[in-house]
Amino acid sequence: MEFELIFNHMPRFFEGLLTTMKLVGGALLIGGLMSIPMAFARTSLNPLINWPVYAFTYVFRGSPLLVQMYLIYNGAAQFDFIREGFLWLILREAYWCALLAFTLNTAAYTTEIFRGAIQSVPFGEVEAAKACGMSPLMRIRRIILPSALRRALPAYSNEVIFMLHGSAIASVITIIDILGAGRELNGKHYLAFEGFVTAGVFYLCLTFLIIGAFKLLEKRWYKHLRPREEVAS
Amino acid sequence: MENIAAYLPSLIEGTWLTISIGLLSLALAMFLGLMGAWAKLSKSRIARYSAEIYTTLIRGIPDIVWMLLLFYGGQIIVNDISDAMGWGYVDVDAYTAGVLTIGFIFGAYMTETFRGAALSIPSGEVEAGVACGMSRIVLFRRIIWPQLLRYALPSFGNNWLVLIKTTALCSVIGLEDLVRKADLAGKSVREPFTFMFGVLVIFLIITSISLYVLNRMEKHYNIGVRRA
Repeated sequence: MEFELIFNHMPRFFEGLLTTMKLVGGALLIGGLMSIPMAFARTSLNPLINWPVYAFTYVFRGSPLLVQMYLIYNGAAQFDFIREGFLWLILREAYWCALLAFTLNTAAYTTEIFRGAIQSVPFGEVEAAKACGMSPLMRIRRIILPSALRRALPAYSNEVIFMLHGSAIASVITIIDILGAGRELNGKHYLAFEGFVTAGVFYLCLTFLIIGAFKLLEKRWYKHLRPREEVAS
Repeated sequence: MENIAAYLPSLIEGTWLTISIGLLSLALAMFLGLMGAWAKLSKSRIARYSAEIYTTLIRGIPDIVWMLLLFYGGQIIVNDISDAMGWGYVDVDAYTAGVLTIGFIFGAYMTETFRGAALSIPSGEVEAGVACGMSRIVLFRRIIWPQLLRYALPSFGNNWLVLIKTTALCSVIGLEDLVRKADLAGKSVREPFTFMFGVLVIFLIITSISLYVLNRMEKHYNIGVRRA
């Protein structure tokens, strides 16, 4: 291991870290916001609302993220109306293409996670809310969402880690994320291990940070489920 | 459309390559998973710790990093070994590297699958088997294995669906699989969207068939379960 080379390359790794965090954070935020209305659509009994969303999640969960990213990054240029339209300002940049692909992908997975959580809200709670005269929107805001989001937490923490790991493929389309910085180091000096091992350590630390953060969140949100602490007399 | 037809034989070849990588690495992953689960449940502390390190490291680092590391780093290690042994140049091809990496990665996920399944077998049944005088092999074959399959199947199916999608990453290390073939062909005839969309459809077909088969298998292995 050539530690001096790794050390000299550190600024690039930290720039890459920032890019990775922006990509993953952005995708999770936008995808998460998209997924809540889509999850409610998936629980709808009306096929005209339910099926289009199901088709969306089926396609994005049934194919590799790499293929989805290629489809957007390389595929968009095939159509003249995109190249000539204002969309081209976004779709010609690798960064926005990756962000778009990640967002749609995580929206599809998160939709199905939330759908499961919404459907597992006990019917009695919804019934009680109806009996209290709550409007549908108020039922969602006060009863269904708090309960469903809490139930979705363990599955969602997995999705966040999958998104972080999935984002490493951004380096394939020339984006300098963490792995991109590692590949740079390898390419420059014809080294096999240094860049990839360093990138691996970065991802490992991020993964542990995410797991730790969700543990804290679970502690907070599941407080009511833990055995009651002894009250000091 | 006529371009797709012209490249169809090449795309079909790529599809078979993708499926063969998937199945070979699945076999490796199942083997590693059974070994890993056995190590995690064993009484030996060394076995438990090494299995724990294996699953943590694999699941903490993205699969593409492992793939690049094994492909480029593996070549150097192989070179060093063959130099020391005086064998001459041994090439690490993308196919072997891909199968080994994916098998290695999903071995860690399978470890958790089989460990969870083994823990859900009621210990009373194993005790009853021992009390009936079954040898360890008979006990495994008659009591543990059939239930292990039943409990492991849902998570196993999930792992397979993720695995077959992960094979797409082999195109990054230059393997001529479905994704790379379509990527190159699409760029050369200036129809990248059409070709990549074809790849998407092929993957959807593979996952749909897998879902159907897994569903049937779950029904088969749950035949002994009473449901209300």
